[in-house]
Order: sequence, then C-alpha cells, then structure tokens
Amino acid sequence: MADTGKVKEPGRRDFLYIATGAFGALGVGVGAWPLLDQMNPDASVKALASIEVDISTVGVGESLTVNWRGKPIFIRHRTAEEIKTSVNTPLSDLKDPEEDSARAEKPEWLIMVGVCTHLGCIPLGEAGKYNGWFCPCHNSVYDTAGRIRSGPAPKNLEIPEYSFISDTKIKIG
Amino acid sequence: MSGHSTYVPKSDAGKWLEKRLPIISLLHGAAVSMPNPRNLNYWWVFGGIALFMLIVQVVTGIVLAMHYTPHADMAFNSVEHIMRDVNWGWLLRYTHANGASMFFVAVYIHILRGMYYGSYKAPREVLWLLGMLIYLLMMATGFMGYVLPWGQMSFWGATVITNFFEVVPFIGDDIRILLWGGFAVDNPTLNRFFSLHYLLPFVILGVVILHIWALHVPGSNNPLGVEAKSKQDTLSFHPYFTMKDLYGIVLFAIILFYFVFFNPNFMGHPDNYIPANSLVTPAHIVPEWYYLPFYAILRAIPSKAGGVAGMFGSILILFVVPWLDTSKIRSANFRPAYRIFFWIFVANGLLLGYFGQVSTTDNFLGIAGVTNLVVSQMSTIYYFGFFVIILPVLGLIEKTKPLPNSISEAVLGAEGAAAEAAEQKA
Repeated sequence: MADTGKVKEPGRRDFLYIATGAFGALGVGVGAWPLLDQMNPDASVKALASIEVDISTVGVGESLTVNWRGKPIFIRHRTAEEIKTSVNTPLSDLKDPEEDSARAEKPEWLIMVGVCTHLGCIPLGEAGKYNGWFCPCHNSVYDTAGRIRSGPAPKNLEIPEYSFISDTKIKIG
Repeated sequence: MSGHSTYVPKSDAGKWLEKRLPIISLLHGAAVSMPNPRNLNYWWVFGGIALFMLIVQVVTGIVLAMHYTPHADMAFNSVEHIMRDVNWGWLLRYTHANGASMFFVAVYIHILRGMYYGSYKAPREVLWLLGMLIYLLMMATGFMGYVLPWGQMSFWGATVITNFFEVVPFIGDDIRILLWGGFAVDNPTLNRFFSLHYLLPFVILGVVILHIWALHVPGSNNPLGVEAKSKQDTLSFHPYFTMKDLYGIVLFAIILFYFVFFNPNFMGHPDNYIPANSLVTPAHIVPEWYYLPFYAILRAIPSKAGGVAGMFGSILILFVVPWLDTSKIRSANFRPAYRIFFWIFVANGLLLGYFGQVSTTDNFLGIAGVTNLVVSQMSTIYYFGFFVIILPVLGLIEKTKPLPNSISEAVLGAEGAAAEAAEQKA
C-alpha cells in the first residue's frame, strides 16, 4: 500500500475482513469446546455424587473408611481426649488456622476426605507426632482434627459436604 | 535436507519420480552424502541410538496395543494376559518397558554430550530447543505409559503427578478435574492416558524429523567445537557414520537385551504387580528412575507450590541454556574450568537421583545430624546455580585454551592436512 501520509478511513473491505476473521475465530472456539469439555466428568461419574453411610457400628476410638467419588472418606469416632487436645490447640500454632468446631459438626464425629492436600496420597490414621494422621509420601503430619501441622501440605484435610440423616446414619455429598 | 545430495537418477523410473517428488535425493542428502566432521567420537552415536530406541518403542507399542485393554477393571489382567498367554507377549512387554528406560539412558547421554561440547551454541539453538521439546514429550509419554498397567505405582504415580496441577492459581482444581475426567484418578483417566500414550510417540517422531532437519542446516558439532571449513574436515554420512552408529546401536542393544532377558524387573517396582487400589497408598512411592532427580528437587523444597515450581523449573531451565552460556568456545576440552563444573553437575545429577528415592528424614550416608533433606537442598542449589550463575559468569572470566585452526589440522597435524588438501586437489 502506498504511503499517502494520512490514515486511511476503514472501508467496507476492512469491515468484511475483520467480521470474517472474528466469525471464523468464534467458529474455531465453538468447535474446540466439545473436544475439550468431553474430558470433564461425564454424567455417569456425576451420578455417583452422594452416598449414605451407617455409622452405628463405629465405636469410640474407631475409624471407618468409605469410598466416595473414588476417594476415601475417613469417618472417625473421636475419643474425648482427641477432642480435648484439638480444642485446646491455639490457632496461632496452625498453618491453616481453623477451629475444631469448624471441622466437625458433632465433635465426636470427624468426617474428612482422606486425601493428603499435598499430592493426593492417603494418610495413615492414629499416626504422626500429633497422633492424628501422617502421610508417608512426603511426611505431612495432621492433628486429631485433620489439620495440617507440619510437612509440605498447604491445607487441612478437606471436609466434604455431609449431613446427619439420623444419629447413626450420615449422607456424604 | 539442505541440498547435500549428490544423487543423480540413472533409471527411467528414477528420473520420472525425481521430477515429480524428489524424495530419493532428499533422503540421499540426509543419510548418505551428508558431510559430517571426520573427528566425531563415540559420544556422537547416541542420537542414532535414541532414534533406534524410538522405533523399538513404536513397534513394540503398536503390537502391545493389540492385546491391551484400557479399562480400569481389565487393564491389570490384560497385562498379565500379555505376559502369560500372548505369543511372545513377555518379550514384547519387557522390551517395551526396559526399552523406555534405555531410551532415556540414550537421551540423557545425548543431552550431556551436547552440554559438554557446547552443541547448543549458535547456530544450533533451534536444534537444542527441538531436542528439549522431544525430551519433554518423552517424559509425558513415559509417565502415561507407566500408568497403563494399572498397578499400585501406576495409580499413585498418576495421582501425585496430576495433583501437581492443583498449584496453578485460580483454575488448578478445574484443570485437575479435567485431566481426571472425574474427582480422582479413575477409568476415564486411564482411558485418555492410553489414547495420548499412543498419540505422543508419533508427535515425537514428527519433532525428531524437525530436529534432524535443524541438524543438517549447520551440520554436526564435533569434539573440537570448530566448524568444518573444507572438504578435508568432513566425511560422508554413509558409509562412515552409518556404520559407526550401527556399531553403537548393536552394543547398546546388548545392554537393552541383557535387561530384557536376564533382569527384566530391575528398573521396575514390585508394588506395580499389585492391582491399583484407590484406598491404599503404597508406603514408599517412587517414580521411574529417569524422573528421580526432578522428584528430589520437588521434595527438597518444603512447600507445595514451591516444590512443584522448582521441579518444572528444573526442566524448563534447560530450554534457555543457549542464552545462559556466555562463552563463545563450544567444546569443554578448551574450557578447563567449565569441564570441572560440568562433571560436578553430572555427579550432582546422579546424587539428586539418589535423593529422589530415599527418605528425606534419614541421615545422609548415616552421618549423624546431616539429613538427606539438607544435602538434597544443597544439590538443588547447585543444579540451578550451574545454569544461572556458573554458565553466564564463567564464559566472561574463564581463561580458555587456544583452538586449533581446523579439524583436519588437529586430526592429521599441519603437514598431514596440507598433504590431504594436495591429494584432494590432484
């Protein structure tokens, strides 16, 4: 294009170029989305969203592990002492500060996703310095409320959505 | 590939094809008449060996896929079916599994060769970048292949590695769910890893072709790091280097098949002969040996995001090596100080590999008060320090040895080179 020294007014052809390009880009995006989104959880995976668990057989100081959406759920019937040490822990000692009451709806029942918040291994119960959980993969230590105390994990063990259907039955998810 | 061909078609059919698709002269230029520096030593055979290993992996992989079932309920048993029922299945699988390891051996030596002789320096930066891209693709392919037998190490390796992506700000969790196709590693994950594990080797093959193209534009570097200037500095690729590469491939294949026939599980983990169990993590998770140095860096940094960033950073920093090294001298043979730091780098890499598989809380070699964690942190510092401090600074202050005038002079002596030049003129 010859340089005439002044800015050329956008013409009909420029408009057509831009409009065609924009429409084409939109088309590529629309076409690419199903190719990408097919990787997200499908209907059969989402259908497994909630389970009901009978906890009547879990005595004080005992634990139950159930499978929810491919992940282990730790259901721990905590002892009075475990609850006491957890409640008495000052928040300033914690890496991811959370009150014990925010961790368990009923203090004696601690219900958590049993997946280390570091890289996804399953911590071992009643282990580690705080007698809570200990992850053997990279040495993360959790206390009796599943709160991270030392090691590379950044967060407390996740609390799933759950509710008590009755005193002996809970619904997870 | 860049016009080295001396091929002249003689037959009518050859002439006919040459006019329409000059593919024979292209291949002739790339693999027969291509001039190579005459002083290449045996460290230069590992490129050819790596290509050979890629072909071994593709061929054994295609036939294994004829018997393997990519489903969480059946994958483990289908691998055992390959081992016990399929004709020669044990041979195919052991060759594929050990072949992956030996492919990495060849590529690591190939990369270190490039670092020692400064092969990444101008005008070969694109060649280096393409090589690094191949290496990155190999790591992804190797990882996904390791998931396919769906044993405990497969499953938990996949879990740990996909969890790396959670540290991505804002969308980390969404990326993880997208990779998994669920809320944990499960059948959809296995199924897509199989699809991609089949695809990526062909992507690698494509990049290998670009890598060879980028090699044939400037030609090979050599142990002196002095460019080939005249005809007496070079020899044709065939028969001189085809035969030399083939000899290297045969020796290398002996090592590969020692493992295949006599020690097939040496580089594997017994835990992977236990079917995947999403509710039990093995007590001791260790990646395949070729990832160990990077895994050690991950564990040396006591923070999740920091560890993951350090680990990916330790791989990505290799891409910018051509711009970190300020020295104009290529070969370490003429860089006495660099040579020392290079060998420390190699030893340090092996040490990191050791730290990748031992408990971080144990004492280093039993020395009281010195944990593996502390020493692996020093190793990590040296790893990064080599690239960001030693490479840039050393090039500015190092006193290098004088370079020879030409390859032929260094190889044949001044008189020999003159005689050779005269002979070629006559």
